[in-house]
Amino acid sequence: MANVKRSPWLLHYDASSCNGCDIEVLASLTPVYDAERFGVVNTADPMQADILLVTGGVNAQSAEVVKQLYDQMARPKVVVAVGVCACTGGVFKDCYNINGGVDTVIPVDVYVPGCAARPESIIDGIVKAVAIFQERSDKHDKYVKEHGESARDTSDPDAAARDGNPADFFNALGKKPQEHTDHKEEK
Amino acid sequence: MRILMPILFLLLAPLAGGLLDGMDRKISARMQRRVGPPILQPFYDVQKLFAKQRIVVTNSQTFLMITYMVLIIFTGCMFYSGVDMLMCFFMLSTAGIFLYFSAVVTDSPYSYIGGQRELFQEMCCEPAVLLTALGFYILEGSFQTSDLIKADRSAILALPGFFVAFLFILTIKMRKSPFDESTSHHPHQELVKGVTTELGGSNLALFQITEWYENVLMLSVVALFILNKNPWSILCAVLVVLATYFLEILIDNTSARMKSQKMLQLSWAVTIAAAGVNLVILILVR
Repeated sequence: MANVKRSPWLLHYDASSCNGCDIEVLASLTPVYDAERFGVVNTADPMQADILLVTGGVNAQSAEVVKQLYDQMARPKVVVAVGVCACTGGVFKDCYNINGGVDTVIPVDVYVPGCAARPESIIDGIVKAVAIFQERSDKHDKYVKEHGESARDTSDPDAAARDGNPADFFNALGKKPQEHTDHKEEK
Repeated sequence: MRILMPILFLLLAPLAGGLLDGMDRKISARMQRRVGPPILQPFYDVQKLFAKQRIVVTNSQTFLMITYMVLIIFTGCMFYSGVDMLMCFFMLSTAGIFLYFSAVVTDSPYSYIGGQRELFQEMCCEPAVLLTALGFYILEGSFQTSDLIKADRSAILALPGFFVAFLFILTIKMRKSPFDESTSHHPHQELVKGVTTELGGSNLALFQITEWYENVLMLSVVALFILNKNPWSILCAVLVVLATYFLEILIDNTSARMKSQKMLQLSWAVTIAAAGVNLVILILVR
């Protein structure tokens, strides 16, 4: 089994954040906190990323983008919601233009609370995500071993279950993934 | 020797390249007063990339990437087996074309611009690289690397201008700031990741390993300036190569990215001023 936990590459996306959490995410990479000592690289490319780090609540504009970024990432992948807005929608929860937390569109593995989330807790969240990443990678390796090397190219039927099946995920939460709503029609 | 050296290159170059890369990241981190990743970090990264799901935009991408890798390794093996240096440099340019193809087959605008800039970088490097080969020929009367390492005295004594020009384009060849035009090492730049934007998983791992081979090959050319028939020159060459690499890291960490037009002007100006003048003197003195 490949040891992948030493090399988690992050993709940071700002769904609708006030930039408070974004600054703290960047702060975790600066000399004081230096997340790179765990091998963390802040990459801008979804194809190369392992951990999707989303800040801010999801709205109608960013929902599609979050979904697309998630789909573009290669398996195994982990999602971290940073900040209370990304976790639940935060103070914007009941706003007409906010869907809610990131878990309204994609399955989330680690929730990092805080407004803004502290660099310490962000790094703590990343470390938790890395453990999940390793676990999924082991399962992925096992699958490739069973089905041959060519299975690495294709997205296998069990992949969704290994990454956290969105349907199961939303059932457990007792809610449905929100669809895009056009507020003009509601009037 | 003609067989042993290429085999050693084949096996040891990725190790040396990876370690140099790890040292690069560690030293860069220390320069920024960070702890930095472990020295072996590049190997962990490559190991992880091989373990990931393989996503390609088009199937030809993998083929082009493998061709790029094979050509670079083949060039290195040629260089170490002591054949024509000029031929090695031509092979190196051919390999670069395959990297360009692998970037432009993807239709991604970032990848496409990265590919265009990769060609542009190639254009900046080529005069200095060819002049270097020419300088060695005028000095020693041979293009064969096996003859060049048996010289009576180090080539750098007669070719200091060529050495300066080669060091200058080395930054471009290693794709380091201020000349990281085709791939950006740091996130959130206009290019995303340039030529490597659409490379993920094992393809990116191949690119990484190829870069290690290429770096070792380019640093070997630097070593060629120092090597002579005295065995102690090997130690000297290793020290010069390490110093050169440190200089590259220093430049990388202290300079912002340059416009590509400026890169072309500067690289050709340095090539003409340093290598060109050295060439004229070399011809007149002989």
